[in-house]
Amino acid sequence: MSGDRTYETVIGLEVHAHLLTETKIFCGCENRFGAPPNSLVCPVCLGMPGVLPVLNEQAVELAIRAGLAFECTIHERSIFARKNYFYPDLPKGYQISQFEEPICEGGRVPLPDGSEVALIRIHLEEDAGKSFHPENGGDHSFVDLNRCGVPLIEIVSTPTIRSPDMAYDFLVSLKQILEFTGISDCNMEEGSLRCDANVSLRPAGEINLGTKTELKNLNSFRAVRDGLKVEIARQEKVLRSGGEIVQETLLWDAAAQKVVTMRTKEESHDYRYFPEPDLPPLILTAERLEAARSQLPELPVGMRIRFAEAYGLREYDAAVLTGSAELARFFEETVAHFPDPNQAANFVLGPFLRLMKEKNLGWADLPITPARLAGLLDLLAEGSISAASARNVLESMAATGRDAARLTESLGLTQISDDGAIRSVVREVLDGNAPQVAEYLAGKEKVFGFLVGQVMKATRGKGNPKVVTPIMKEELAGRAGKKRG
Amino acid sequence: MDWNSATATDIARSIASGSLTARDVIGETITRLDRLEPGLHSFLSVRNHDDLVREAEAIDRAGTKAGPLAGLPIAVKDNICTVDLPTSCGSRILEGYRSPYDATVVERIRAAGGILIGKANLDEFGMGSSTENSAFGPTRNPWDEKRVPGGSSGGSAAAVSAGQAILALGSDTGGSIRQPAAYSGLVGLKPTYGAVSRYGLVAFASSLDQIGPLGRTVADTALLYDVISGYDPRDSTSVPGSRPATARSLDRTDLKGIKIGIPEEYFTDGLDPEIERAVRLGIEALVDAGAETVSISIPHTRFAISAYYLVADSEASANLARYDGVRYGYRDSQADDLDSMYCSTRQIGFGTEVKRRILIGTYALSSGYYDAWYLQAMKVRGLIAIDFERAFEKCDFLVTPTTPTAAFLLGEKSDDPLAMYLSDIYTISANLAGLPALSVPCGLTGNGLPIGIQFMGKPWNEPVLFAAGRHLEKRLAPIGCPGEESTS
Repeated sequence: MSGDRTYETVIGLEVHAHLLTETKIFCGCENRFGAPPNSLVCPVCLGMPGVLPVLNEQAVELAIRAGLAFECTIHERSIFARKNYFYPDLPKGYQISQFEEPICEGGRVPLPDGSEVALIRIHLEEDAGKSFHPENGGDHSFVDLNRCGVPLIEIVSTPTIRSPDMAYDFLVSLKQILEFTGISDCNMEEGSLRCDANVSLRPAGEINLGTKTELKNLNSFRAVRDGLKVEIARQEKVLRSGGEIVQETLLWDAAAQKVVTMRTKEESHDYRYFPEPDLPPLILTAERLEAARSQLPELPVGMRIRFAEAYGLREYDAAVLTGSAELARFFEETVAHFPDPNQAANFVLGPFLRLMKEKNLGWADLPITPARLAGLLDLLAEGSISAASARNVLESMAATGRDAARLTESLGLTQISDDGAIRSVVREVLDGNAPQVAEYLAGKEKVFGFLVGQVMKATRGKGNPKVVTPIMKEELAGRAGKKRG
Repeated sequence: MDWNSATATDIARSIASGSLTARDVIGETITRLDRLEPGLHSFLSVRNHDDLVREAEAIDRAGTKAGPLAGLPIAVKDNICTVDLPTSCGSRILEGYRSPYDATVVERIRAAGGILIGKANLDEFGMGSSTENSAFGPTRNPWDEKRVPGGSSGGSAAAVSAGQAILALGSDTGGSIRQPAAYSGLVGLKPTYGAVSRYGLVAFASSLDQIGPLGRTVADTALLYDVISGYDPRDSTSVPGSRPATARSLDRTDLKGIKIGIPEEYFTDGLDPEIERAVRLGIEALVDAGAETVSISIPHTRFAISAYYLVADSEASANLARYDGVRYGYRDSQADDLDSMYCSTRQIGFGTEVKRRILIGTYALSSGYYDAWYLQAMKVRGLIAIDFERAFEKCDFLVTPTTPTAAFLLGEKSDDPLAMYLSDIYTISANLAGLPALSVPCGLTGNGLPIGIQFMGKPWNEPVLFAAGRHLEKRLAPIGCPGEESTS
């Protein structure tokens, strides 16, 4: 009987984003990824007896910024709470989080199609450490507490996401905003952006929510989309066969493309939240919020419109260039040194991004500065280098970090645009290819391309085609005259 | 100098004037300490004698630059972190644990020239009223070794009372400084919440805990309070702003214009008539000094014990979660998986009272019970705070007994937790409301046991409490010292 129903998908996402602070949320330890295990720790983040937390104001600043960027209500008063559970990577036996009175409520994330997903809340909390269970570790597990106390915001969406693709778009847009505003670097490989998904189905038209499952271990945006697709299909199959969904927490196994049960509702924790007595309520003054508002960096949507208008770019190019904060910044710095934004956009979106992808280059260690790229664009624009050579020079720039002019010279790629030099090569080519010249003069115009090709060959590709073509026509016309005369 | 009655103030003055050396003081203290330990069992650990002597000699060389506590041997309750001695909290689970840092109060004492002599015994994690809940055995009351010194700061009280230290630090979550001060014939202060940094105090109930001084006289207690109090950026509940040194307020000539409130709820059933008589005499002495009395009411007092144990135990259930055998302290290494390691480590590592309180607190915070227990208790806490605010519209501070009885016998209440909890009945409200409260000796019982009178003041009114205590000291006959006849 339930076999021919249509079901509506209901998805809510919980996103954890590490904040880009100098230090941890409750102590002075450095907030940095990749240090040797247990090297960025102190008595406070190790939860030694007698220590107390002191709130990092920079973390508060970034949480306020998130509230502004996502248009939340930012509360003048919020409180911290203890979330109690036992685990070896949680040294205090509780995580300091926010529960009943979070710093931000409401808000929204805009989607590319112009729609939006409403948020429930954004709250501040500390991260836990990391446990390792290496295969060769015997009966031992290992704990790295460097991540303990790294500041996080948890962003909770309303259950209004209707498809895995919409979840994907939500995450792309959310990440873009967090990156643009300098709130988080959103590096999923380093765990600085993590996402859990709650998903349920209900018969189309039904108002009440169905039983949900929580999906964890979603390590990439693609994993979110794939995991949700698989889980939705699983739930639909259960429901269509008349079964019931069991409320449980599931782990996504990306390799096997399937979900596995982590814990059932009966095994779920009672976190026994209560207000953190070691921290007074967080009070934000109107002045502080106003100051944060005036310092809010440009958001992606605004930047896209500005790129299109101020630089006269095509909508599509503006959208792609503002797709990542680093790319947008790189482009803006490039056009600060180079006068033609469209030409710059073409080169950046074309050869430049292609090279970054091919060579697997990251923004952090990119050897090409915007000023140097502008130097290459100058050479291209003034005709000192061919488009093909420009790509070679770009590659050398990436490999050596040297500037375009010097590389062009040392690679011998400087384009020949000198009239006299070109004319003498053209004459040599015409002299050496008399049969072809005759064919051309007899009306077989296709031969023109062959003759230009011979010039390029003779100049080893450095003849500027814009100069070669008119001279070639002139010279051929001259020979036609001679022949007639 | 008579060591039985020597005060910190006298000794400090003598060292400053050169009539006594810190070396003499530490030598005498070590002698008394060694003579009385392990019988009294005031200490869980004592510093190496040579180190103590070297430190005293350094203070003598520094002369007047050594600070207000120069050369004074000070006992520190063993739930306050120190780098040079273990910090066990009287618990097997932290036996031998060495803190990597000094508590703020310990830093301040060292900077003021005080000499940390040893770590004082206590009820495990501060949970108890007799020091019998120490995993390492009870402390005895120097006034009567069959009796308890009170608790949980019983080791601190016994040490100062017996002259094994000149001053001591305790911690007070529900009366743990004042009750042992009363039982041991000492002055003890529970400061305003936020006056003294808790950084380095191993937490029992964070919103109630406060470190405070114990001394033989009001002036001694004020001397130590002035050193340890003040804002600490490492404790977010520490209150910024400078406050006048209390020691200066001690010379107030009389109590004219001061109104003392007598809360009726503190003079009812359960109060030993001998204690009541002594406290009434104390009140008369304050009236002689110029104070007026007003009768007032703290109507929600009868809910205080219930509210207190719910709030304190809820916080304790989280605060003690970190003792899980993973990183430091005791671990049951026989266990074969994580969950059984957690369970047996905590089963073996914690004592009965601690486990009882963790269970109560865990229950009170559980889903479905939170509103009825924890939240309700927090509401009562708010009502009690309002009761005090109203009372302080009519008076400057309240006067009550510190305890309903004098020191009880070892073992007398060990099997009856409720009877034990009731010995804190007069002291817990000051913690719930965050108020300063001072216990001052107020005569002896017929059995020769000390009696304490308590002053509870408005926040930051420690100077008023000390001034009143000083007037009481002047007007009452001194109770003398343990082991000698009262001079009255």
